[in-house]
Parts: sequence; C-alpha cells; structure tokens
Amino acid sequence: MAFAVEAYFRLLVRVTRACLSRPFYRGDLVQQMDTIGVASIFIVMLTGLFTGMVLALQAAVEMERFGATVYIGRLVGASTIRELGPVLTALIVTGRAGAGMAAALGAMRVTEQVDALRTMGVDPIRKLVVPRFLAALVMLPVVTIIGDAVAILGGLLIAVLMLDFTAQLYINSVWETLAQTGFVLTVIPIDLIQGLGKPFAFGGIIALTSCFHGLRAEGGTEGVGRATTRAVVTSSILILAMDYFLTQILLTMFPS
Amino acid sequence: MSGRTPDGAPEPGSEAFEAELRDEIRRELETHGGGSAQPEIVELRDVWLSFGTHEVLRGVSLGVARGGTLCILGGSGVGKSTILRLMLRLLLPDRGEVLIEGRDISAVSRPEALALRERMGMVFQGSALFDSLNVFDNVAFPLYEHTKLADGEIRDRVEEVLSFVDLDPAMVLPLLPSALSGGMRKRVAIARAIVHRPPILLFDEPTSGLDPITTRRIDELILKLRRELHVCVVVVTHDVRSAARIATETALLKDGKIIFSGTPEEMHATEDRYVRAFRG
Repeated sequence: MAFAVEAYFRLLVRVTRACLSRPFYRGDLVQQMDTIGVASIFIVMLTGLFTGMVLALQAAVEMERFGATVYIGRLVGASTIRELGPVLTALIVTGRAGAGMAAALGAMRVTEQVDALRTMGVDPIRKLVVPRFLAALVMLPVVTIIGDAVAILGGLLIAVLMLDFTAQLYINSVWETLAQTGFVLTVIPIDLIQGLGKPFAFGGIIALTSCFHGLRAEGGTEGVGRATTRAVVTSSILILAMDYFLTQILLTMFPS
Repeated sequence: MSGRTPDGAPEPGSEAFEAELRDEIRRELETHGGGSAQPEIVELRDVWLSFGTHEVLRGVSLGVARGGTLCILGGSGVGKSTILRLMLRLLLPDRGEVLIEGRDISAVSRPEALALRERMGMVFQGSALFDSLNVFDNVAFPLYEHTKLADGEIRDRVEEVLSFVDLDPAMVLPLLPSALSGGMRKRVAIARAIVHRPPILLFDEPTSGLDPITTRRIDELILKLRRELHVCVVVVTHDVRSAARIATETALLKDGKIIFSGTPEEMHATEDRYVRAFRG
C-alpha cells in the first residue's frame, strides 16, 4: 500500500514535469479532449436533468410545510453548483472515461504496446498519460458547467410545470443564491469559482488514477479488468474525500 | 516424410526439408563467416538478475558479432525474454554488463540509453502493434518520432519495408492490426522494427503460435534480413528447428545459466543429455 502511494505521487511528479517540457503530443490531447469531454456531455446532461428535477421535487415537499416553496430555486442552485454538479459529473466521467482510460492503457500494457513505445525511444508518460491528464483538467470544468446548467433547467421544469412558479421567479431565486456569497472581479459569483475549482481537481484525480492503474495492469485480460475496477473505485473514493477537503478550504477562503 | 508443399517448398519435417536447411545454414556461414572473427556488437558479461528472492539470471555471458544471428533457446519461464529486456534497458541487471556496440546500456545516462535503443529494432512475441493505428501509422511511427523526413519520404520508406517483408503496401496500409492474420501482424512488426534501419534486431519468439509454413516464411525473412541488410540478430525462441535454420550461434539457457553455447552444428553434435533432450 505504501509503495503504491509512493508510486502514485511519483507518477504525479513525472506527469507535472512532462507537462512543462517537450515533446508534446497535441493531436493526442485533442483526441482525449473529445473522448473525455465531448463524448461525456450527453450522459452528464441526462444526469444533470434528472438530478435537478428530483431536487426540486424533494425540496417542494419539505418546503411546503414551512410555506417556503419560493426558495426552491435557491436550494437547487446552491446544491447543484457547490456540490452535486461537480461530484456527480466527476463520478459519471470516472465511470465512463476513467474506466476507458484504465482499460485502454491496461490492454496496451499487457500486450507489450507500452514496452514497444519505450523501445522506440518514446516516453509512455508523455505519449499516453500527459494528454489524458491535461484533457481531463480542461474538460471536467466544461462538462460540469453544462451539467449544472441542465440541472438548474430540470429544477425550472418542475417549478413551472408542477408547482405553478413563473420562470422569472425561479431564475431570480437561483441568481439570489449565487449573488449572496459575493463576486470576484465584480461579475463572477464566488459560488461559481468554487464550483469550477472542484472539477479541475477531480479531472486530475480521474486521469492520474486511471492511468496509474492502467499502466500497472498485469496478468492478461483478467488483469485489465482488475485494473479498471481499481481505477473506478479508487477515483470515486478520492473524489469524495477530495470534495470534503476542498469544501473546507473553500469555506475558509470564502466565508459566507 | 519426403513431401513438398503446393508451392514446391519441402514440407517441414521431411528429409528434403532438413537437407535444404543444412545447405542454407552452410551458405549463410560461408557468406557471413558466422561472425566469429568480428567484435561483438551485443554482449552480456556475467549478468545477474533477481525478481524478489527468485534468481532469474545467474552469471549469464553471451554475445553476437555484426552480421551474426544468436538464438537463445530454453524452456518456458527460464528468463529468455528477460535477456532481451536487459538489452533494451527495460530492465536493469543486479550485476554485470550489457554491452551494446561496446557501451553498457545499463550504466549510461537516460538520453544515451535512448540513443542506444534507436540502434535496435524489437519484434515482440505478440507483435505489439498499436491497436488504434493502421498499418501505415504503425510502421511510420518511429520515423515520425525520430526523423524530420517529409511525409512523401516516410510513405516511400514504409512502402519499401512492407515490400521487403513480402506484404502488398496497397492492400495492407489502411488496415488496422485487428484485420491482419498472425503471420501478417508479425511481418508488419518486423517492418516497423527495420523502418529506421537499425543495425541490431531483437526477436522475442518470432514463430510462436504460427503454423509450420508461416514459421518457415518468417525464418526465411530473418535470413533475408541478415543477408540483405547485414544486421545483427538476437532471437529468443524455444523452437529448435527454427533456431537450426536461422542461427549462426546458439545458447541454451537453463536455471538462469547458459549451459551450452556454440554453432547449430555443434549443438546438433553434442552428447550433453539435457541439450539432446531439449533438441528432441
């Protein structure tokens, strides 16, 4: 276990160094941005839509007791942007793209393709890990914004169609919750900064963990399966743990 | 046992086949002199390697000169492929020297090791072609990585090496590895290994899992590589017949040690019980 943790951080150091020096595989980066980001958008939108709808429904039941249904937009907006949006999106991308990364690299490892790269004088970290790492860092915040927007839209649908709200009232309520914690550079809500800082970190965790397990796969196809399972489980746990620590840090930096 | 295949070649295992084999070896030795008088281009000196408590190599010394073909023989799991990994510095020895063109690849700096690796081409047991790339991109990969050749020149070079390994470039260039047969994949892997014209070629079980006719064709291709490109070849195999066809030198590995080394004819003539048992 201690060796694995040490190897994980050694990989992080090597990847960081490789990000800052040549050679750089731009074509692979674009391809990975498509695989990790663009190809995940539809499933993230679906997740966001139903999460926003169910949040609005549950909030309506509880808030009706106190005559506070007018605050549904605030609840959906705050919980989506601060917590559910980043975490759910990261978990969905882990299951989709993270598993794919671990399986692809694991298969390359057990069929000696990784060794073939090395014998041709190509560093597998630069060729295989760095493009995935950078693509995940860039694309996770992007798909999270899309997921957040669709979740808030899902809440709007419930508010308008089932709770007889006007769209204006719901949107004002969402905006109030974004505005209450203040702004950076006068226009960017602090909540949004918090909501985008998390997916940036989660993107790094997903790519690094998936590549780490993929590159350590051994024992044929069964080993690839084991590496994929480990990648998904470890990434998911690290995302949830990191979410707690990031929330603590962000609450200290930007107190309400 | 004196039949011939439909294309006129003697059937593997037949007397004609064995006779042709011996002639071929003799011709090869006469042409290239077995490499014995030349300095060794690939050499292991007293190499020891352990994985945990398991000693894989215990003082292995062997070598092969420019223009020679060394076949390292041995049963499964004795560490034959490990020797190739040491030559490429995919592994480092616990003790001893791994000399490539006179320089210890295990002791030089990483950039120097990369430069030495570029002097070698490796054909892996499972071919190790990149699944996501078609044949052209697979074969052109080393050229795109390490040369500044124009696209047209790279295309010409790829077509040239594919023709050399008896593949029709027009047919195979756009295909993915999954669309190729085992023998074709092996040929593409050989084309990729020679496309940057390395003076040393390493083969890990080149005929493993292939039928006898394809095996013979791959062996002929290895002979052709030596004959026409004058490269030094190191082959790891458990196929004694194949080794007899292509080797100028053989080494038999058992329990982490070289228990026999010599020409294929010396191997054929030895009275050593294990060598005879291995020879079958």
